[in-house]
Amino acid sequence: MIEPILRVTDLHVSFGAVPAVRGMSYELAAGEVLGIVGESGSGKSVAALAVMGLLPRGARASGSVRLRGTEILGATDKGLAAYRGKTISMVFQDPLSALTPVYRVGDQIAEAVRVHQRTGRGQAARRAVELLDLVGIPEPGRRALAFPHEYSGGMRQRAMIAMAIANDPDVIICDEPTTALDVTVQAQVLEVLKTARGETGAAIVMITHDLGVVAGFADRMLVMYAGRPVETGSVEDVYYRTRMPYTLGLLGSVPRLDRGGRLVPIEGHPPSPGALPPGCAFQPRCPMAVAACGTAEPVLEPVLEPVLEPVPESVGGPRHLAACFRAAEVRSPVRSENAPGEGRARPEPIVLGVDGCGVSRAVDAGGVGVRPESVVLGVDGCGVSRAVDADGVGVRPVPVVLEVDGLTRHYPVTKGTLLRRRVGTVRAVDGVTFDLREGETLGLVGESGCGKTTTLMEILRLVRPAAGRIAVLGRDTARVTAADRMAIRRDLQVVFQDPMASLDPRMTVHDIVAEPLRAHRMGRPGPRVRELLELVGLDPDHAARYPRELSGGQRQRVGIARALALEPRLVVLDEPVSALDVSIQAGVINLLDDLRSRLGLSYLIVAHDLAVVRHIADRVAVMYSGRIAEIGRADRIYAAPAHPYTEALLSAVPVPDPVVERSRRRILLDGDLPGPMGRPSGCRFRGRCPRFAVLGAGERDRCVAEEPEIRWSGGDQGAACHYASF
Amino acid sequence: MMAGFLLRRLINYVVLIAVATSLAYLLAAGTLDPRSNYQERNPRPPESVVDARLDDLNLNDKSPLFTRYLTWAAGVVRGDFGETVTGDSVNDDLRRRAGVTLRLMLTGLAVGSVTGVLVGACAAVRQYGVLDRVTTGLSFAVLAIPTVVLANMLVIGATWFNDLVGAKVLLVSGEVTPGLTGGWLARLLDRAQHLVLPTISLSLALAAVYSRYQRNLMLDVLGADFVRTAMAKGLRRRTALVKHALRTAVIPAVTYFAFTFGTLLVGTTFTEKIFGWHGLGEQLIDSIFTNDVNTVAAISCVAAFAVLVAALAADALHAALDPRVRAG
Amino acid sequence: MTLSREELARVSAGAGRLAVPSRGRLVAGRFLRSGQGRSGAALLALVFLLAFAGPLAGRWSHTDKDFLAFLQPPSALHWFGTLQTGADVYAVTLRGLQRSLVVGLLAAVLSTVLAALVGAFAGYFLGWTERTLMWVTDLLLVLPAFLILAVMSPLFSSGQWPLFVAMLALFLWMVTSKIVRGMTISLREREFVQAARFMGVPPVTIIFRHILPNLSSLLVVDATLNVSAAILTETSLSYFGFGIQPPDVSLGTLIADGTRTATYAPWTFWFAAGLLIVTVLAVNLIGDSLRDALDPERPG
Repeated sequence: MIEPILRVTDLHVSFGAVPAVRGMSYELAAGEVLGIVGESGSGKSVAALAVMGLLPRGARASGSVRLRGTEILGATDKGLAAYRGKTISMVFQDPLSALTPVYRVGDQIAEAVRVHQRTGRGQAARRAVELLDLVGIPEPGRRALAFPHEYSGGMRQRAMIAMAIANDPDVIICDEPTTALDVTVQAQVLEVLKTARGETGAAIVMITHDLGVVAGFADRMLVMYAGRPVETGSVEDVYYRTRMPYTLGLLGSVPRLDRGGRLVPIEGHPPSPGALPPGCAFQPRCPMAVAACGTAEPVLEPVLEPVLEPVPESVGGPRHLAACFRAAEVRSPVRSENAPGEGRARPEPIVLGVDGCGVSRAVDAGGVGVRPESVVLGVDGCGVSRAVDADGVGVRPVPVVLEVDGLTRHYPVTKGTLLRRRVGTVRAVDGVTFDLREGETLGLVGESGCGKTTTLMEILRLVRPAAGRIAVLGRDTARVTAADRMAIRRDLQVVFQDPMASLDPRMTVHDIVAEPLRAHRMGRPGPRVRELLELVGLDPDHAARYPRELSGGQRQRVGIARALALEPRLVVLDEPVSALDVSIQAGVINLLDDLRSRLGLSYLIVAHDLAVVRHIADRVAVMYSGRIAEIGRADRIYAAPAHPYTEALLSAVPVPDPVVERSRRRILLDGDLPGPMGRPSGCRFRGRCPRFAVLGAGERDRCVAEEPEIRWSGGDQGAACHYASF
Repeated sequence: MMAGFLLRRLINYVVLIAVATSLAYLLAAGTLDPRSNYQERNPRPPESVVDARLDDLNLNDKSPLFTRYLTWAAGVVRGDFGETVTGDSVNDDLRRRAGVTLRLMLTGLAVGSVTGVLVGACAAVRQYGVLDRVTTGLSFAVLAIPTVVLANMLVIGATWFNDLVGAKVLLVSGEVTPGLTGGWLARLLDRAQHLVLPTISLSLALAAVYSRYQRNLMLDVLGADFVRTAMAKGLRRRTALVKHALRTAVIPAVTYFAFTFGTLLVGTTFTEKIFGWHGLGEQLIDSIFTNDVNTVAAISCVAAFAVLVAALAADALHAALDPRVRAG
Repeated sequence: MTLSREELARVSAGAGRLAVPSRGRLVAGRFLRSGQGRSGAALLALVFLLAFAGPLAGRWSHTDKDFLAFLQPPSALHWFGTLQTGADVYAVTLRGLQRSLVVGLLAAVLSTVLAALVGAFAGYFLGWTERTLMWVTDLLLVLPAFLILAVMSPLFSSGQWPLFVAMLALFLWMVTSKIVRGMTISLREREFVQAARFMGVPPVTIIFRHILPNLSSLLVVDATLNVSAAILTETSLSYFGFGIQPPDVSLGTLIADGTRTATYAPWTFWFAAGLLIVTVLAVNLIGDSLRDALDPERPG
């Protein structure tokens, strides 16, 4: 066997007495892409830093890291510096903080060149411009002279990649390189990484929590849980022939763009590294756990592939290993789906069965025929009936709870602190119109800066907007008195994105949930608080705790309980699950869905994750640059987007299914989201629009001259495009 | 737009200085009692003579406070701060003294801030190391000693040291030895001998404050992503720390300068008074003892002006060091 | 704002529930675990004990004069020696220490309360409220505090020390209030404050229920450090005769008197100076450890 480029053997990392990585081993062959997947706190990033020798102070690493056969774990600073950036380089998660704010981007890249190559200043600077060009920065010569804060997030990450490939490394470690980016920018950056790989022939370790990214990008993958690898193998093996219940659960709980319906959460929450359960770390959450699981921790062992189906590729490839005592019993008879775009609204149910499993903890199977002895880990989404009937004729309920008409919000922009001056206007929201009917869920989606959160805040402020009109529950916000406003606030509640930030850290859960009751003088809140906590699936005993003593999912449930305290009719949710881990997300999404049907709520959900919205919204409004690009029934829009932006956006979302993901047609948009200032005439999307690019000159004139208004198709679907493809 | 903002800021500064100076004048004219200066004279001058003298100086408490204020303000608008109790021009007196104070303050500021920033940065790099522990202990000790006590301790120490070596090495009174003969080298040495102790007295506290502050700033930056990036490029830890961490961590310290400037002014006052430097600080304390209302008001004006100039300077320096706040 | 007693009893009745450490206990634990915090607290306790119980042990009162012993070194009769006036150094020093401690504590509490209120209201309401409050803050920052206090010193004549405390506090709060304002501006955009606003909680209630409690760590630390700042300012003013006026004594007046005789009668200077340094050191140590202990970023 050929010596691998990078071999990590039995790597352990601990912070004081708290273990972060507990025995990790992998090999990386030349030019190979290894995906490392895990939720936050699983130790995946710490392991990568240990390989680079960049652990923070106070961390202790043991084991072995061999780079081209040379041991580098525990090498001196000088010794490591010779490898770092030259043989092995790294791309970090947050491009905002990863570049030194006070130096020019070009200089920072040139510095990487000059550390390892004997070149003059001028030559290094020229090389930096070349590299910026390679990673797709427009006008690289001018851009090299800019400071990091003048770059957008996507451009910063491109600059990081340029720095990483400056010395033609053998290995590039990418630590969540696209997590902080918008989905269309993520697609661009992944493309740049592919280019970089082609250019340097480097092997890539791709660390991510996004199962979709791995499915499309990696050759092999490794799943981590509580500091240990629990399953590894070729991407096809892990996705289609899963042998570890945690991986199965993860695949069942991740929201998918190509199918709607109910998700199956993994019970409980990940253990804290300082207090691991005895035996298998996943055992308390595992539906298949047996007595043996609580006594010893299973090790990674080769999986005996049952001859159930033909193995398509990777025969003779890297072995498939799983750390589970019952690995042999786990079955995942899931085949790759057909390519999307064929508009199948109700995909087949995923049934992940286990033979001879004694535990019967079947989740609502939704009428899908499952053998009684099987555990069902993934279920079709027919649990909750929607206001939309089955064959797609839009029947929208009558009472309108929220009406937004031509809403506009502009901000002045100032620059400089010493010499502050107004340099323009941000047209954050620029004429947004939609309505929300009783019992409906409208998902307001779009990339950062598109104005979706501003829209939401304008609605919540309950004051006269700068332009346009907002009517909440039939009352126009421009004409309400203070008493009216207080009354509307009872019926209009909000759930925020980050559950830690939205709960006052110095108040107990009881006080937090009771606050709206007290603000509206609702008498003794005690019994109501208990009721609410039970309603959102929390133990009423949690009332005496502080937010920091709860897990992320529990905190978000407290936020939901608070929003429901006054029995509102309309709940506004700002990215309600984006701060949560995948396995937790599903539970909160399901809770929101149940509450809506039980309490007859209407939801306005703002989210950037189109897959999440797919699972919860009846209707979707896609925003671009302060306006609605497309609006209408979710299943229609996801199946057949009419606006080119929606189409590109949907195509950019990775799907956690290797075969599907690799066969998808991806529409890459040029450039970044436009700054909200200096908007072009006519259609604001035309500069990046793939449809505009192929139009004839006569047709283009209309896009340049005339701002498109929303046009409606026969069904409930409207798009703001002159050439919408209904 | 930009000029408008700058203009508004400058106008606001002028208003602040005017209000502060007026307040100081009214307070001083209302509380201080220049008449008492004449009461201890022997023979005591007749009241009419005292009144006439006080009227000349615009210090007579028999004329209404507001009238005196208007007279004084009319002078200030023309750039004249009036006369001292002895009849000299306040402007001339302060102009002479300003140079002394400026020399002392700039030396103290430079020595104090540079030492503080360096010590703090080094201490942070080896957190809980020997240097960190020693400097932490020292800065705590220094911060617990008021400047007046520190200055006196230095004087006592210098006396002891001079006795020990049997020569007057450290001089504790004034800026130069009056009537000193000799070449420029001798004069320079003499100035240096006079400068050592006041500089220590002024800069020690500053260095202690800055070292604590810089240590915390540096600790915040040590774990920053961009330092990790610099090391991931292949820079040695030391290079990454100096070139990337310290360069970035020094920016907030510059802003902090504006906050510590007031403390520096007070420290200069005590140092001048105790070491007998004839600067503004000494005059400030003396003017209160001699009920010199006009000088008190003039020094308030200078102090207010200095604080605002320091704030502007800090902002300008901040913009020079940090491309993110640079206007452009 | 907390659970009523019976609710708490009901809630705590839940069997096998883990004891929840309160934030107060957590902070106290961290504080006491740091050697610095322990030694600071112990030192300050000793200083207080000395200042308020010490005079009971001495045989002289601070007004007594021993006409048989002028400027005598420490002895069994006069533990810290005597001054030129024949006053017992032990008695007057402890009297001065008492005064300095009371002045420092009161001025610190007063100035921190002022800083918190001005900063929070300016930061929360913004607009004209902010501009007015911050203009006043700037004005006080620009006024030379030492000079103003010195000019006002005739007003602090005997018995008027509370006025002196008030004036001292008036010149201590500005920088903190600017920091409080900045933090309030960012807190007011935090989601839990927005949530309260969207719930219909009135602004003043939000300030007292959400803003100020979440700044409490800053304020506690600031109050501690203001104690030392107030003591140091008081000392300096008194040193030049602008602070505490005779017949009252403070450490500052004693140090001022002592410097004149320090070279040949060190006891007149060093006991007062030493106690002052120990007091300020103890307070600073406590402030610094509190800052660490209250830091939410720091684990365990």
